[in-house]
Amino acid sequence: MAIDTKKCVGCSDCVVACQTENNVPIGYCRDWVVEVMDGTYPQLEIELRSERCNHCENSPCVRCCPTGASHYADGGIVLVTKNECIGCSACIASCPYDARYVHPDGYVDKCTFCLHRVKKGMQPACVAVCPTKCMYFGDLNDPRSDVSKILKKRKHKTLIPEAGTKPQLYFLI
Amino acid sequence: MKSRRQFIKISSLSAAGLIFGGGLLDSLASSILKENQSYFKGPFDFTRTPTYCEVCFWKCAGWVYKDENGRIKKIIGNDDDPNCNGRFCPRGTGGVGMHYDEDRLKTPLIRTEERGKQTFREASWDEALEYIASKMKEIKEEHGPECTALFSHGSGGKYFGKVIKGFGSRNIAAPSYAQCRGPREVAFIATYGSGVNSPENTDIRDTKCLVLIGAHIGENMHNGQVQEMSDAIDKGATIITVDPRFSTAASKSKFWLPIKPATDIALLLSWMHVIISEELYDKKYVEKYTYGFDQLKAHVKNFTPEWAYGITTIKPDQIRETARTMAHAAPAVLVHPGRHVTWYGDDTQRLRAVAILNALLGSWGRRGGFYNPDKASVPHYHLPPYPKPEKTWRDAMGGKYILADLALASGVCDASIPTPDLDCSIRGWIVNGTNLINTLPDQKKTIDAIQKLDLLAVVDTMPMEITGYADVVLPECVYLERYDSLRISQGREPSIALRMPAVDPLYNSKPAYWIARELAKKLDLLEYFPFETIEEELDWELKQVGSSLEEMQKIGVKRLEREVDDLYFADGEDIEFDTNTGKIELYSTVLEEEGFDPIPVYTPHPEPSEGFYRLIYGRAPMHTFSRTANNPNLTDLMSENSVWVNPKVAKEWDLKNDQYIYLENQDGVVSDFPIKVRVTERIRWDSVYMVHGFGHADKRLKRCFGKGVSDTQMITNVMIDPIMGGTGMRGNFVTFRFDNKKTEV
Ligand code: SF4
Ligand code: SF4
Ligand code: SF4
Repeated sequence: MAIDTKKCVGCSDCVVACQTENNVPIGYCRDWVVEVMDGTYPQLEIELRSERCNHCENSPCVRCCPTGASHYADGGIVLVTKNECIGCSACIASCPYDARYVHPDGYVDKCTFCLHRVKKGMQPACVAVCPTKCMYFGDLNDPRSDVSKILKKRKHKTLIPEAGTKPQLYFLI
Repeated sequence: MKSRRQFIKISSLSAAGLIFGGGLLDSLASSILKENQSYFKGPFDFTRTPTYCEVCFWKCAGWVYKDENGRIKKIIGNDDDPNCNGRFCPRGTGGVGMHYDEDRLKTPLIRTEERGKQTFREASWDEALEYIASKMKEIKEEHGPECTALFSHGSGGKYFGKVIKGFGSRNIAAPSYAQCRGPREVAFIATYGSGVNSPENTDIRDTKCLVLIGAHIGENMHNGQVQEMSDAIDKGATIITVDPRFSTAASKSKFWLPIKPATDIALLLSWMHVIISEELYDKKYVEKYTYGFDQLKAHVKNFTPEWAYGITTIKPDQIRETARTMAHAAPAVLVHPGRHVTWYGDDTQRLRAVAILNALLGSWGRRGGFYNPDKASVPHYHLPPYPKPEKTWRDAMGGKYILADLALASGVCDASIPTPDLDCSIRGWIVNGTNLINTLPDQKKTIDAIQKLDLLAVVDTMPMEITGYADVVLPECVYLERYDSLRISQGREPSIALRMPAVDPLYNSKPAYWIARELAKKLDLLEYFPFETIEEELDWELKQVGSSLEEMQKIGVKRLEREVDDLYFADGEDIEFDTNTGKIELYSTVLEEEGFDPIPVYTPHPEPSEGFYRLIYGRAPMHTFSRTANNPNLTDLMSENSVWVNPKVAKEWDLKNDQYIYLENQDGVVSDFPIKVRVTERIRWDSVYMVHGFGHADKRLKRCFGKGVSDTQMITNVMIDPIMGGTGMRGNFVTFRFDNKKTEV
């Protein structure tokens, strides 16, 4: 997934769309918005980013999960199998991005890249709703996908690359 | 904005939020039992019903999805809808919370004791409507039927309007006019003979240069405009933002002009100066279509960027460079007229300056500027004529504000306060879907007017402050539970959209059509409601345009053919504008006739005194005025407002981030509630900023009661626009207080 920080307006539509799509209880979230401001008046810059699980290729959460509930699914998507999760929160401690939370029902929950939608050929809920169309989702291994094309064209970065997790979420800058 | 840090805090606090999580959790739990990997299945392929969103005036059309238990699950934009292109904004997506909000009004209420004390008793619909009808009849007998008024901001207005008009009054006002976009409409009508209306005919999608002057697209989520601004960014358009605050839009702009507040007209005049003196204007267009160029040229001769610098604090070279950038992009340039424009009382003149600047650049009627909108014409069933009232609120205004093309909510409010020089004293109000206490500036005056009334009937979904002053409160069901009149929007293509109920009304709430018709029955006005149900009326109307209720229930939105000519003026096309001269009036003959400046002039406005800061307010993308402040989904994203303070000011006052303080304005009004400080470089040192719509004082709004400060409470100085009666609200100054104890005078 790639997210264009030049277009995002920080409206949080992606957050509420994810909540209603995925039954995320009010008070919790799988995605969230970060505003980073730099400079002094009037020389200012703002970066707005919608963040979520990075679906890392080398993910510490999968490595440290004692039950195997955290695993890689098709296409490298990182998932948690709810009824295998014992809620020990080891993964939460290991994730450098704070992408996971304990669901009030006792298991750990996080972004699934809306696999249930993607399997039906739909876009993830956050991507589909974003009024600025600033998110691109698709197969990074397919050079013809929208996301590959935009990454080729634009400068981009990942978050906390020094953690060595190989994030699969790219921010266009 | 929802951030991880906030999230922890919210979850530790949000017992209230979880109340309604319960049902969702149940259904989630059962789907987990059924299938291990329930997230693959997505239990979410439900029946869907069409609606158009009621959370703001953009009225996006979408689909309401339910889960297998028949509960509303999510709302998604309709791909065929030109207003939203399949994408709702956060408020529309969070509209589900309007249905689930457990603080909703549940049953009709009748006041039993003194005003303002909120001692209501529950009543039946029949009893409540009977009460209203008999009060209205009393007013009619004693004072005349014209002494009643309707305030409305929402879809039910059409039906209550029929009742009021049939009853014999024309006092129908929406606060979206004098408190919001009125000056813009009057200015554009004076210049081009037509307003920009809603959704605005701004061609942002194809613009090469977008100029925002006090408009903060992206924080105001006028959906189509936000989407198109993003398209324009993709296509490499230059954005110029003029704002004392580093808005989200400013952060997307090539040029941000951090103007000193209240000096915009000086900047606009100076831009005109550059464009005319450097001969950058569209000569062919100006010559063919405009009137009064020579007068304008002479008028702006001395308004050099150096002159404007002293006033606006914008550097002369920046003024020149931005003017040239606009001219370079012309005619695909759009000096955006904004929407909430009632600032300093000379707002019609400021918007005139915007209109004139667009004319010099030749952008009206051109691609990337303003397109020619079209609107579906859906015939209405022929009704008997409405009685002509003997007088209206206008008579109470003593001949002022003649150029106001719609009724002024503040004017109707004023006309309710009997004074020796007002001759129309309004005695009864019906208020539908607008919280006048937080919408009209000068709360005290509004409350004074209410105290003089014989009848205040409020139809709303939520126990907003205004309901606390009502004699009768009628619970309207929310938009997800009802039919309403068709949405007929203007746009590049005309379209119609249907709203139908996804679920039955919760509690003892009812739709506006039913309420209005039942009231009409009691007033012997049934002739204005020939159809017994709204379904029949909608079906009749839809059949006139070749559709039907049945078809619309399936498709939700129908795009119709354009009936009028092209989106843009053809090259050299002859055009007659609907003005006195038939031309675009750079020099306004109509303003001259009425004794106003025919070309805008800059007048200095009062400035904050030592220790005070100009109060600027705006919008957050996840809320609409105060309407959404209690919505469980949206308060989860933003639950209170904060006051933005420049670090220099914070240092002087020793204010820290997240500290709570009170505000006091120039008239000694201290805020009811404290507000959180946000120390940020994003605001000038002479101003503070807050998001409008918070600081609710009604305890029945459990989630938002006492959260933040109501800017409306701080706005006691109202600068009236002499041309059309707009209520300028940016002439208020606040200082900080560490407690809210009354000071001894
Ligand atoms: S919906 Fe889009 S624009 Fe809004 S915050 Fe999310 S990513 Fe940004
Ligand atoms: S991809 Fe789906 S689960 Fe992940 S943040 Fe977006 S909406 Fe939520
Ligand atoms: S812009 Fe948002 S709140 Fe307004 S009608 Fe559209 S979806 Fe609803």
